[in-house]
Amino acid sequence: MSVMPGVVAINTFREAVRDRVLYNLVFFGLMMMGAAILVGQVSIGINRLVIINLGLSAISVIGLVMAVFIGVGLIYREMEKRTLYSLLARPVRRWEFLAGKYAGLLLTLLVNTSFMTIGLAVALYYVGRPFVRADLTALVAIYFILLELALVTAIALFFSCFSSPMLSTLFTLAVYVTGIFAGDIRDFGALTKSPAVQAFTRVLYYLVPNFHNFNAIAAAGHGERVPLALIWQNTLYAIVYASVVLVAASAVFGRRNLK
Amino acid sequence: MATAAIEIENLTKDYPTGFWRKRMRRSLDHLSLRVEEGEVFGFLGPNGAGKTTTLKLLMRLIFPTEGTARIRGRSIDDVSMHAEIGYLPEQPYFYDHLTARELLDYYARFSGFGRAERKRRVTRYLELVGIAAAADVQLRKFSKGMLQRVGIAQAILHEPKVIFLDEPMSGLDPIGRREVRDVILDLKRQGRTVFFSTHILSDAEMLCDRVAVLVGGKLQGTGAPGEIVAIDVQAMEVFFEMPDGSSVPGALAQQATQTGARYRIEVGEAGLYASLDRLRDAGARILSVTPVRPTLEEYFLQLVGREGAAPHAVEVVTR
Amino acid sequence: MNPTTSSRSLWKAPVAIPLLLAAAAFLQSRIDAQTRSEAVQKEELLVRSGTLLKKLSLGYDPLLADIYWTRVVQYYGSRIGERDAHFDLLAPLLNITTTLDPHLVVAYRFGAIFLSEPKPAGAGRTDLAVDLVKRGIAANPGEWRLNYDLGVLYYWRLKDYHDAAAAFLAASNQPNAPYVMLKLAAAGIAQKGGSIETSRMIFAELYESTNDPKVRKTALKELRALKAQEDEIQLDKVIQQYEKLFGRKATSMLDLVNARLLPGVPLDPAGIPYVIGPDGKCRLNPKSPIGAPER
Repeated sequence: MSVMPGVVAINTFREAVRDRVLYNLVFFGLMMMGAAILVGQVSIGINRLVIINLGLSAISVIGLVMAVFIGVGLIYREMEKRTLYSLLARPVRRWEFLAGKYAGLLLTLLVNTSFMTIGLAVALYYVGRPFVRADLTALVAIYFILLELALVTAIALFFSCFSSPMLSTLFTLAVYVTGIFAGDIRDFGALTKSPAVQAFTRVLYYLVPNFHNFNAIAAAGHGERVPLALIWQNTLYAIVYASVVLVAASAVFGRRNLK
Repeated sequence: MATAAIEIENLTKDYPTGFWRKRMRRSLDHLSLRVEEGEVFGFLGPNGAGKTTTLKLLMRLIFPTEGTARIRGRSIDDVSMHAEIGYLPEQPYFYDHLTARELLDYYARFSGFGRAERKRRVTRYLELVGIAAAADVQLRKFSKGMLQRVGIAQAILHEPKVIFLDEPMSGLDPIGRREVRDVILDLKRQGRTVFFSTHILSDAEMLCDRVAVLVGGKLQGTGAPGEIVAIDVQAMEVFFEMPDGSSVPGALAQQATQTGARYRIEVGEAGLYASLDRLRDAGARILSVTPVRPTLEEYFLQLVGREGAAPHAVEVVTR
Repeated sequence: MNPTTSSRSLWKAPVAIPLLLAAAAFLQSRIDAQTRSEAVQKEELLVRSGTLLKKLSLGYDPLLADIYWTRVVQYYGSRIGERDAHFDLLAPLLNITTTLDPHLVVAYRFGAIFLSEPKPAGAGRTDLAVDLVKRGIAANPGEWRLNYDLGVLYYWRLKDYHDAAAAFLAASNQPNAPYVMLKLAAAGIAQKGGSIETSRMIFAELYESTNDPKVRKTALKELRALKAQEDEIQLDKVIQQYEKLFGRKATSMLDLVNARLLPGVPLDPAGIPYVIGPDGKCRLNPKSPIGAPER
């Protein structure tokens, strides 16, 4: 197994750290502390629920922002700044480079999310409730968020191979929002009488990444159990779909004439 | 015949231009070239001639419209062949956030060296290119010249057999350029092949075993520097002095240039002896008679002049 | 630039910025005062559709639900105590909250009490309360407290004893429910249609099963009123005894105490002495904060 992607991955991670990307954790920590303290004061009867909803939503949003904004520049910046020139003269294949960039950003997101999870746990503890088994669902929700981020990163990376960061951001967000509403689009199509529209919306539903699969925040808030089958299926779905996107990215990047 | 270090056959590159990207600009036109092992080969041409395009094609940064190339017998499609080559891009740019040491270490990892070996090499090559003092400074703070040196270091630290340098002297002061020249000569002494592009002809004349001249995307000629400029008819250069009171004989006076008491005149080989007689008759004291070898520069300018005011192909390099 | 000009321009920013910010803050307070002094605060709930908000929230609906729940609490808390308070937006806000998070049980429970609570302490719309709780039951089939709340609504506000008994029965069959108590309540209501003991049992359970201080206050109020009612019945018996013994009606509680029929002047749950009304029956002191139980 080639070690090249690993080399590139570690360097990508180091770049993110040096870019002070992880400072967002400070913001997150402060916000969670503030929320925990405020929620205790106001006493509206649902302390734990609010902390979990806020914490998980923040983990999701911050992760998404990072995945998109860093992802869309991953390849584009290297092509633009021509740092790739001397790098590709090394015995590293283009797809290996791509895989390494992807893995590096995933690693960054994983580390970031881990710290945020700890922050969430601290806030929960502060609000006064000892941990119960139901809190495991929160971990599942975070795992689902990570799967979601892995998909979004792949999509951002794909666009990064051929379009500017601004356009790539728009495209990636468009795909994300479509993915959330995928079910509604299909249902809407089913309501219409036209078989053409129905067929089209059904195809769209299966084509677009279905991000609504990965939303377990509500379940975590109410401590509901997530079936193991769903965990497996979501994992496989994320792996398969991300692979599709990465293969496409590899094809685009592999034949691209660098300026 | 031994395997050539570099073999290029009919390498061609067209770029789509125009608003609808329908028209093609030919930036490299059927280049064919052969460089033997151990040669220092100069790739000359004015700006926009297609030199950088050629190098980018060889490095697989861009893909040819036609033609192939082989390095040490292996196709340029073979990425593992890159283990044996080094490349310095034109105006190199590296990861800002890394220090020089970290960057070289990063690149060294791609060659599979162990940690101790990497450390050794990085230290050695940092010293060799003269940036050991700034080894732990972030590259974003480096001057152009310093970046150039880092570029050279990363091109050679894995001791490749064939080294490609795109304008290696650019951005360097005269001392720096001398150091680069020494590096190239050292590489040659080690038996490595060096292929470098430049538009500074004196460097090429000094360093290269052979050169190729590219103008407007087309190869104009290859050969030893001396061979190329032997193409034109040589003239002879005569330095002489006139005794006080005498003046240069009429017909020759117009051609003569004077510096202090000395005169210089250029005469074609054919009319050399006749001119010498005339001068002697006029009482001149002949100081020296030497052949004038047109420089690569003049050859160049001739070539470019021949092609017209602007080169045909435009090298698409966005800055 | 000569030294004197540069040192002068150096302090401009640190001085100018706080001054300008203070000016902006002052202007803001003037603007606030201006809008307040105009008509009653306009109430605005721009988006009433919970479904639309759920879609727009892009998957963050649980958090949005919490935010709307906070609005509910704040909406109610800021109006309670005002003389002409109305709670027109309470039902829409609760609907949005429960659409965004159908499992937010506290919201249904809050709505059950305060939507049905007559003005000026609530919206006075028992019908909306019943709708809300029924939706809650549909979305949370295992939650006995919602069935319980429905039972309370039928029993207390609507006097619909048949449906109340059915609701309590349904609650008693759900997991973790106080089985015995609820079965008794159902049976008691079905039989007598409404008795003090049943009411006390129901409100005592309500008091126990909720964490919301406002709901507890309401339940406590009812419990005290029920206790007072019970006390009155007992004390009326004592008054009749006095009449039998002494042949004349008692005019004040002291009469009963002096006749050693009572150990001391009886106090209502608020600590205020009961009095004997002009009709000769025991009644609450007019000064007492305890009202009659809701009829």
